[in-house]
Amino acid sequence: MSESNGTPRIGVYVCHCGTNIAATIDVFAAQVAAESMPGVTISREYKYMCSDPGQEIIKEDIRELGLDRVVVASCSPCLHEETFRNAIADGGINPYYFQMVNIREHASWVHKDKAAATEKAVDLIRAAVRRVRLHEPLEARRVPIEPKVMVVGAGIAGIHAALTMANAGKHVYLVEREPSIGGHMAMFDKTFPTLDCAACILTPKMTQVRAHPNIEIMTMSEVTEVDGFVGNYTVTVKHNPRYIIEEACVGCQECIDACVFRNGKTPDEFNLGLSKRKPIYMPFPQAVPQVVLIDPDGCIEFRTGKCKKTCVEVCADRNAIDFQQEVTFEDLNVGAIIIATGFKTFDATRVPRYGYGKFDGVYTALEIERLVNASGPTEGDIVMRDGRKPKSIGVIHCVGSRDKNTNEYCSRVCCMYSLKLSHLLREKTDAEIYEFYIDMRTPGKGFEEFYNRVEKEGVHFIRGKVADVYPEAGNTGKLVLQAEDTLAGMVRKIPVDMVVLATGLEPKDDAEDVRRTFNITCSGGGFFMERHPKLAPVSTFTDGVFLAGACQGPKDIPDTVAQAGAAAAEVLALVDAGFIELEPNTAFVVEEECSGCKTCVGLCPFHAIAYDNGKAHINEVLCKGCGTCVAACPSGVIRQNLFEDGEIFEEIVGVLTNA
Amino acid sequence: MLEVTDAREVAVDQAFEPTIVAFFCNWCTYLAADLAGTSRMKYAPNARVIRVMCSGRVDPQFVFDAFARGADGVLIGGCHPGDCHYQEGNYKALRRYQLTKRLLTDLGVEPERFRLEWISAAEADRLRDVMNEMTAQIKALGRADFSVPDEPFDIPELEPEPEIEEAVVS
Repeated sequence: MSESNGTPRIGVYVCHCGTNIAATIDVFAAQVAAESMPGVTISREYKYMCSDPGQEIIKEDIRELGLDRVVVASCSPCLHEETFRNAIADGGINPYYFQMVNIREHASWVHKDKAAATEKAVDLIRAAVRRVRLHEPLEARRVPIEPKVMVVGAGIAGIHAALTMANAGKHVYLVEREPSIGGHMAMFDKTFPTLDCAACILTPKMTQVRAHPNIEIMTMSEVTEVDGFVGNYTVTVKHNPRYIIEEACVGCQECIDACVFRNGKTPDEFNLGLSKRKPIYMPFPQAVPQVVLIDPDGCIEFRTGKCKKTCVEVCADRNAIDFQQEVTFEDLNVGAIIIATGFKTFDATRVPRYGYGKFDGVYTALEIERLVNASGPTEGDIVMRDGRKPKSIGVIHCVGSRDKNTNEYCSRVCCMYSLKLSHLLREKTDAEIYEFYIDMRTPGKGFEEFYNRVEKEGVHFIRGKVADVYPEAGNTGKLVLQAEDTLAGMVRKIPVDMVVLATGLEPKDDAEDVRRTFNITCSGGGFFMERHPKLAPVSTFTDGVFLAGACQGPKDIPDTVAQAGAAAAEVLALVDAGFIELEPNTAFVVEEECSGCKTCVGLCPFHAIAYDNGKAHINEVLCKGCGTCVAACPSGVIRQNLFEDGEIFEEIVGVLTNA
Repeated sequence: MLEVTDAREVAVDQAFEPTIVAFFCNWCTYLAADLAGTSRMKYAPNARVIRVMCSGRVDPQFVFDAFARGADGVLIGGCHPGDCHYQEGNYKALRRYQLTKRLLTDLGVEPERFRLEWISAAEADRLRDVMNEMTAQIKALGRADFSVPDEPFDIPELEPEPEIEEAVVS
């Protein structure tokens, strides 16, 4: 079998993991049981196998006892397989002469009965001992990495990640679906708790992105397909037509003035429909790129083909308008991808009792952001849809958050942005403001202080969930907020002019499609799932694909930027290594025994199997190691490293020995 | 007096703990089991997980072998349709599962003893439920005895196939 006269010398190490394992599994019994398993030379238990002294025990045993196989029964291989492989390689044997047994996540943490859990652990250890005897020495595959990288989504997360990587000298493709970069942050007025003007801190970064020689901005673009693997992705990007030649447009906006529409007719997306825009428009004043676009649904030329095309006239010899532009596709090779596709705000019409869309006086928080913004639809004047200025305002927290009927999770930012909006509204209108909250959540630097400040400014806080919003009797134009004040122990009915709904954050509508495109996972709420909530918070289960910002879960700007920086650092660490080591779990054909039936050829989704000269042949570079062909080969001559038929049969025998 | 015993009660052996062999895809169900662990969910300790890179790696022979060696049930866990880490390995698993299931049913294996479940990495609660449900169902069925006896047994000799006269084409 191997070095020592055909008989393997196996070391088994059972970890206590403090009490994480030892509390539910009799570690000593498992260690003793392992002693009599076939081929076991030494069996030990230790408090923390992953610690340096723990690893040292293994290394020493390899040297002293001549071990040639190692089994560690501890946590999930996702956590420490690499740790132990490195340790035994250090000890002097091939790192793949190793098998890990997951007795923590799969046993001690999920069972209560100590005897049953111990029995299960022993069965799993026996399976590993039996299997590891058949392990072959392997070498990790080394594949070079494409140094170019991609960021999908150009909100603050994508912008920060792109700039960080570009500053480190990487060529970054920054893909954004909207006509401008900036994302949600560009729509905000001020940011909590410092009240920095959002545009003042964001636009310099947007300008940097535009000017950066290493960043290629692709607006109006979407990723449609991702092929390849870590270090070598081929990403297909779809460019939607802007009907403006980006390079030719200087952003003078004369075409907008010249448009045959005297006034805008289409609800302005950036102002959430609170103002109107023309069919040719600039997304917002600080848009990057500073290039207009045409909305074909509103443009007369697109609808009838009979427009005077005054826009083309004024554009004159710049000739930037092109009605013939079409969708184009482009394939880009990148080594790593950061997904920063952001969030959408909760659709307030889903809680009909709050009257959004029914009563003019009800606004979402994001609409208020635009309303208080100097570049917004009212240039910062708080004027309601009916032209009135509000004298009293009610803010309803947790709309679409912390509610079993909508989303169970807390959206994390609503308490703070509600406080901020209350402050801004009070500053601008001097209105009486009532905040209805369930719990005030202000964990963050300077957050609680800000809450105290807003309270001192005279905003009223009522602990209670608003049950109903209805018009006040007598046509006063006011809306009554009815809620149980759980601190005072009474029902309050407070008439206000304006209602602000603190809508929560949700995954984007097409998060599911994005997830499939990039082959990543979603967590419960539909946000993208990180590889490990604590230790790999920006990685995904797909190597080379990282997460940043609110697409991973609701978070505020500081957390988003921190996460974007972390994702960028992960990408740099990956790409700068120059090569990547891949798990050698590829399949191969024992060609002399192949009957040439071709069963496997059509099974491989990666076209890694070729048929040549009456034999199948697997291209190791293309093989991703799923093993589907191995299971299908009628002659059993396709083998998969680390998952050989024999190894799996041994595991079956191992777990069933006592059944 | 005549004592009446409920036959079903006798049949269900409360002390019987089934052994389930579970083949879990490395990218979804195995991770769901990890998540169940980190979330400290509690479920029946009857399954023994064997990790494979893809549910498409599960050779029907593994299933037959497990039953032959005394497993009371076999569970395969893979990614939801459309979510396969290797694009379509789970579809292959599904095809093989259906074929294997038919064979097992013909051999007298109750359908509850062999399951294929799609469980994503986030669905720890689903994993827990499947584990508990399958264990309870197999407990109710009782021990499976498909193991191959140690003693060799006589295989009846097959009668020679009757010769088929070729149809005469006129």
